[in-house]
Amino acid sequence: MNEYILYPGCSMEGSAKAYNDSLMAIKDTLGIGLHEVEDWNCCGATEYLSINLIPAYSLIARNLAIASKQANSTRTVVAPCSACYLNLSKADYYMDERPTLGQKVNEALAAGGLHYEPGSLEIRHLLEVLVYDVGLDTIKSKVVRPLTGLRVAPYLGCMVPRPDYYNRWSDHEHPTELDEVLKALGAEVIDFPLKTTCCGGHMTQIGPETAYELIRRLVSSADNYQADIMTTVCPMCQMNLDAYQAETNRHFGTHYQMPIVFFTQLMGLAFGMDAKELGFGLEVVSAKKALERIGVELPETQAPKKKVEGLPMPQRRLKKTATPQQEVEA
Amino acid sequence: MPDSNALKQGAGLRQQEDLTLLHEVSVATAGVSRLEMCIQCGSCGGSCPSAADMDHTPRMLFAMLRAGIRDDVLRSNTPWICVSCYHCVVRCPQNVHIADVMYTLKGMAIKAKQYKDSTAPDFSKSFVDMVESFGRSFELGLATRHYLTHYPLRLPGMAGMGLGMLTKKRMHLVPSRIKDMEQLTAILDKAKTLELTE
Amino acid sequence: MSAEEKTPNKKPEKIGVYVCHCGSNIAGIVDVENVAKWAGEELAHKGVVIARDYKFMCSSLGQELIEKDIKEFGLDGVVVAACSPHLHEKTFRTATEKAGLNPYMCELVSIREQVSWVHTDKVAATEKSKAILSGGVHRVLYDEPLQEMKVPINPNTLVVGGGIAGIQAALEIANAGFHVYLVEREPSIGGHMAQFDKTFPTLDCSACILTPRMVEAGTHPNITLLTWSEVESVSGYVGNFNATIRKKARYVNEDLCTGCAVCIEKCPKKIIDDIYEAGLGYRKVVYTPFAQAVPKYPVIDRENCTYFQKGTCKACEKFCPTDAIDFNQEDELFNIEIGNIILATGYDLFDARKVTNYGYGRLANVFNSLEFERLSNAAGPTNGNIVLRDGKTTPKTVGIIHCVGSRDRNFNNYCSTICCMQSLKFAHLVKERTGAEVYEFYIDMRTAAKSYDEFYQRVLEEGTLMVRGKVAEVTDAARQPHEEGKLIIQVEDTFAGKQRRIPVDMVILSNGMEPRSDAKETAKKFGISCSADSWFIEKHPKLDPVSTMTEGVMIAGCASGPKDIPTSVAQGAAAAARVLDKILQKEVALEPIRATVDEIKCSGCRICNNLCPFNAISFIDDLAVTRINPALCQGCGTCVAACPAGAISGTGFSNEQILAQIDGLLMVA
Repeated sequence: MNEYILYPGCSMEGSAKAYNDSLMAIKDTLGIGLHEVEDWNCCGATEYLSINLIPAYSLIARNLAIASKQANSTRTVVAPCSACYLNLSKADYYMDERPTLGQKVNEALAAGGLHYEPGSLEIRHLLEVLVYDVGLDTIKSKVVRPLTGLRVAPYLGCMVPRPDYYNRWSDHEHPTELDEVLKALGAEVIDFPLKTTCCGGHMTQIGPETAYELIRRLVSSADNYQADIMTTVCPMCQMNLDAYQAETNRHFGTHYQMPIVFFTQLMGLAFGMDAKELGFGLEVVSAKKALERIGVELPETQAPKKKVEGLPMPQRRLKKTATPQQEVEA
Repeated sequence: MPDSNALKQGAGLRQQEDLTLLHEVSVATAGVSRLEMCIQCGSCGGSCPSAADMDHTPRMLFAMLRAGIRDDVLRSNTPWICVSCYHCVVRCPQNVHIADVMYTLKGMAIKAKQYKDSTAPDFSKSFVDMVESFGRSFELGLATRHYLTHYPLRLPGMAGMGLGMLTKKRMHLVPSRIKDMEQLTAILDKAKTLELTE
Repeated sequence: MSAEEKTPNKKPEKIGVYVCHCGSNIAGIVDVENVAKWAGEELAHKGVVIARDYKFMCSSLGQELIEKDIKEFGLDGVVVAACSPHLHEKTFRTATEKAGLNPYMCELVSIREQVSWVHTDKVAATEKSKAILSGGVHRVLYDEPLQEMKVPINPNTLVVGGGIAGIQAALEIANAGFHVYLVEREPSIGGHMAQFDKTFPTLDCSACILTPRMVEAGTHPNITLLTWSEVESVSGYVGNFNATIRKKARYVNEDLCTGCAVCIEKCPKKIIDDIYEAGLGYRKVVYTPFAQAVPKYPVIDRENCTYFQKGTCKACEKFCPTDAIDFNQEDELFNIEIGNIILATGYDLFDARKVTNYGYGRLANVFNSLEFERLSNAAGPTNGNIVLRDGKTTPKTVGIIHCVGSRDRNFNNYCSTICCMQSLKFAHLVKERTGAEVYEFYIDMRTAAKSYDEFYQRVLEEGTLMVRGKVAEVTDAARQPHEEGKLIIQVEDTFAGKQRRIPVDMVILSNGMEPRSDAKETAKKFGISCSADSWFIEKHPKLDPVSTMTEGVMIAGCASGPKDIPTSVAQGAAAAARVLDKILQKEVALEPIRATVDEIKCSGCRICNNLCPFNAISFIDDLAVTRINPALCQGCGTCVAACPAGAISGTGFSNEQILAQIDGLLMVA
């Protein structure tokens, strides 16, 4: 049983309810124990950092301080939300890289009777924990209803594969972690080129024109590649692409109907769980049509052996080679 | 640190150069900013997904920063259009902490009241108010205040979506609170008195 | 050191002390007159009979001071307090020798780099200088009159690497009348230069200027060409190296083969050639890498050969008119004796797949620099037609990207020197052959050598569109109709201050140079050092770029860092000149500062055996003691420090000398 400290983040209780529901539904199947940080507070998202540096980091560090007190058998904090993950990682990393920042933050924490030693916790994202700790083989073994025939476009968003201080992800631009999970679930993975392109974040509230263009790029790309459904790891991305798709359509005069769900929801489906329990139905752009494709047996077609035309390509992807840093992580 | 008097020359610009600006921004940025290592290659401006909407590309902003053109830098809309996607940071050949410098510039612009017509500072301030009151973010409160103040005409259009989110329980009518609000307040109050100066 | 008793040397009794002003370099901070006076008084009991200060000790007059005093006072020890030994130790030792005293009885202590250049407190600096000088005087009492060792030089030379630098070096030495073994790991010499189409800035055809040299090297009576061979191990020291060469089995009998290439024609199996054709073309399993290969004998690639893998085929053997195919051939291992070694092992190309935002390996029409050279080369897989990956379409717009993997802390921090010129060359070739619109994306334009900037002007005149900005990404995700079906280069045009998306048909990446992937192993094999990046380290980056810290081993060409062809050729010739100067002297004098093992004290624990960075230590099994080869030993002191029994001491840095120096230092503290 892998034990972790969970930092849920504000959206898990609100806009990302489906993420929370599906995560709680699948955690036992995957054999992970999640212990919530006691009395955790908001991480400040991208807002607090814009106002005042030390209070912003102190806000984040309160969670780290509480988590480090809780850490008895595990020192890994798992954050499912991308922004929370980035904020917690940044706070830990910068308090270490810049000792004066660490000192000032701890001074502030001391006013609340807390202290955080940078580097004492390992901050990891939920997806990366599932791929590297639980393992793709385990995930595959739990699949009872493979998502055969479902064309899924994996969308990671920006704050998870970047900046990646500890080199945990396979690549900053085209990481393969989410692809591999979807493959393990039996889905057909759409390798569209905008996997880690930003959804606009809070621009949907602040600068809608900018945001709509970013959302349009993503949805139209997935659509061009004939995806049935997009899946993501970030509550903000899900909200932007889902809840604001109608506005985007109105702005550009387009008619996209691209549903977007959390990857944990798809995992739950593949594990044979009930769709409603996994939060399906909470999305604004309905996933109903896409869901209808699961379980449908597609005839096996043998692709004809293509005669190699033109010049040969260099070998496709550079495998993630073990560097000293990665060896330590493993 | 160079002598500040020697660093406020006119040098042919309509406004005075303030060559202390680079150091000020660098010091106030979390982590080690490496702003002085910038070779102006333009990777950041090239990577930015929202560059088309910015007054100045990130690279241009840093060039202005290094030239000490304080007012133009603080008034630029660039940091407010930054979506914090970190493409620039991972591609920068000199490992400059670009996205974090953007946060610093936002804070400086707010303190100097120099930002242009962006609603972003108000949004951030509202967010911060919610967190300082409840310890958690409160989307309904935030959205309402934001739209009422800045986009009142959009509210009716948004009502449909808002109602949808409420009925699906993806948004709540009442804010959730943390238990030890006292502790958080004590921490934040202390933090507000502290500053990074070197 | 053998078991014989060492005859104790007489300790010096008359020491001369000289404190240099070095103009105001030292005298500006240190009170040199005071130091000299102090030495004359306070160190008299140690044997100082004369103590002087002088403005510039390294000048002829300064040196004459020493010489005169040695003769007049019968000095048997000299201590100079001046600059660092790195600079003038040799100067003062030569002066000492000229006056008839063994040069190793002269010590130079630094009161410039170690005192006046690093301290501002004049009083403390003067006291420190006294301490340092005292240390020197105490030490010289334990100095011994050492003799330089002379070793004979074997006139043969080993050149490792048959690229342009190695070929140049080999030819220079061979033309001077001495024998060279030229070892090359590929089936033919020529190196990377054989892959290029045209070379900058003259646009000479690369093969046309290279092949005459290759033929000369292949037919020269003084050069033994060993291709498809590698050096297995090296032992020995300057003038007397012994190398074991593995001549890999070609499975072709060189005595019978006429180079007719019928075997190549008849071979039924084609595979991708990822060395010579950069992965863009094919070769047969029995092959010569290119038409002008030297030597002309083909090679069978055992790993892919149907006969070796499955036991069938043998088409080459069937069709060979002279019965030259020999599947039973084995690798040959033999030793050669040489006096000097030149390493000219060249570079590897940076793997552009690492820069995922440029899409190399994922997007079909992104090419790297060597792939483009092969496209452009008339003898390449497309007969010199510059086409897209489909093998037939001519591009209408081409983008060339500089600095791929170079000048980037995420990959390699250094500049690869040649990529700007290479990119300009590509621009010219594309324009000339296809008439396409060419864009160049650069951060800086580095065209610093002879005729290079003129070439840049020429390319500008031809209408190449220059965009100054480091490309952020190459993508196929179109945002607008005119971008569909193209590769889009997204970049900030920094001069215009705007982000641009430029649709092109083809992207060429100028990827940088990297050291060979096995450079560290090679360095260890030959006993030289590599930098952290794995480039070979030269003795001095400015004043001695072709020697290494290991006597007798030189380096030339890109093995020590990225450089262009003229520089590689110059370095090859320079390394050859160094070798020739050693060969012509017939013997070399080695500095006697080295370690020796007291075999009585040695317990045979062998802790020191693997520590020597110069492979100078060997273990004598029958005596169960360790012995140090004085010719290989560079006097680094590692083994001296490691020996738990204190059985190893260094001549020129013995325990007594060091402890005495410490006592001298502390006398003033």
